[in-house]
Amino acid sequence: MNKHLLSAGDLSHEDALLILDTAAQLARVADRPVKKLPTLRGRTVVNLFFEDSTRTRISFEAAAKRLSADVINFSAKGSSVSKGESLKDTALTLEAMGADAVVVRHGSSGAPHRLASAGWINASVVNAGDGTHEHPTQALLDAFTLREKLANGQGDLAGKNVTIVGDVLHSRVARSNVLLLDTLNANVTLVAPPTLLPVGVQDWPCSISYDLDAPLGDCDAVMMLRVQGERMNDSYFPTAREYSRRYGLDTRRMSLLPEHSIIMHPGPMNRGMEITADVADSKRSVIVEQVANGVSVRMAVLYLLLGGIPEEGGATNE
Amino acid sequence: MSSGRTRTVLEASDIDRVLTRISHEITERAKGASDLVVLGIQTRGVPLAQRIARRIEEFEGQHVPVGALDITMYRDDLRLRPARPLESTQLPDMGIDGRTVVLVDDVLFSGRTVRAALDALGELGRPRIVRLAVLVDRGHRQLPIRADYVGKNLPTSMEESVRVRVREIDGEDLVTLTKSPPKPVGGGDAA
Repeated sequence: MNKHLLSAGDLSHEDALLILDTAAQLARVADRPVKKLPTLRGRTVVNLFFEDSTRTRISFEAAAKRLSADVINFSAKGSSVSKGESLKDTALTLEAMGADAVVVRHGSSGAPHRLASAGWINASVVNAGDGTHEHPTQALLDAFTLREKLANGQGDLAGKNVTIVGDVLHSRVARSNVLLLDTLNANVTLVAPPTLLPVGVQDWPCSISYDLDAPLGDCDAVMMLRVQGERMNDSYFPTAREYSRRYGLDTRRMSLLPEHSIIMHPGPMNRGMEITADVADSKRSVIVEQVANGVSVRMAVLYLLLGGIPEEGGATNE
Repeated sequence: MSSGRTRTVLEASDIDRVLTRISHEITERAKGASDLVVLGIQTRGVPLAQRIARRIEEFEGQHVPVGALDITMYRDDLRLRPARPLESTQLPDMGIDGRTVVLVDDVLFSGRTVRAALDALGELGRPRIVRLAVLVDRGHRQLPIRADYVGKNLPTSMEESVRVRVREIDGEDLVTLTKSPPKPVGGGDAA
């Protein structure tokens, strides 16, 4: 494992399986009378959120607390950032407070990388979503959910077909998922209107389709992406109704899926837009499980980054 | 394995006899097997615990719940090494509350593993009694901990290492003693 978790693409096959196996063991802590492990006692995890988030921040907070770490929540609203403080000065403040890990969400792609490599802080940096770039722990929890549902919770995802649908252009979830699922040997198909695919997508390790019905008959899991209205400063599709007609998952499309396949969504959902309410609430939907798995996966990441000393060759803390 | 500095301490047949004796001692002291739970400490304590539970079942004719305990998250030396992979913890369905729990490990050395196991147990339930059974006690305790049932007391020096192999994991039953350069304080594989 590296000292930081910035991109799903940095994880080797071995690292990814180690995180998933560790998460599988840690998931069972949730069933115990005392839902807490003493492992990270005395360590400080800072949740540094420059963008709004509910589930990711709460999930990281729950994960750190279950490992007995101290958690400091920092959100840009109501902090010195709204007075114009720079990322660097915020980082130096955190360093002075003795943070061991910084979980960062930022609206600018690359902010976590800057934080990790600029030498401002010694802490491990975990990317919790940067701009339209990456969201590696979301990809890990999706992979964990896929593995539990499709591969008996063991090994990788070799031969599994995963279809990712929607606003790929603005989605950090899609990029991280494509990278990680490729590492885990799954076959990924991206489905989106051409206007919502990023430049250079043809070089990603996946196939691309503009039509949603075609890949559904042979897919083990379909992952719907949120249409990110807040990032859309251009007209990417004519109307919301046309989008949901062509790229939304409704009951008819759900009936095209094979019996065993599952439906995923990273949340928050726009019900009626990319997914209809009856599909989101159907038995095949694992959206609520994804949230639960998020805590286990983030516990695994925090444990593997902070639970010991960095491996030989890595930068040392002390 | 075959270097001149390695000597066999227990062979497969010795290990069989030792486990049979420990199983008898456990039932004798517990006056039966009615509230026993046998828990193996990961990794090599687990198959040993299973064997002990099976033997007690044979003597007493009643089911003996058996489980596994991973103590990685409770270790006191986590910060001295890179993070380790976790093993599974499996408790019998009825849990451990109010029962007599027998912890089983392969080698008792510094006592730190057992200390961690006691911490782990405390968060899983409240046993009535906790006892400790080990295949080999090699001395050099760093904590006030002792075993209730010992397969073999093995006087060793700090330069020696004890290696336990069990057939469920390593394909053979064997305990050997090897002279090796001293390890950093805090215990090694067989701590």
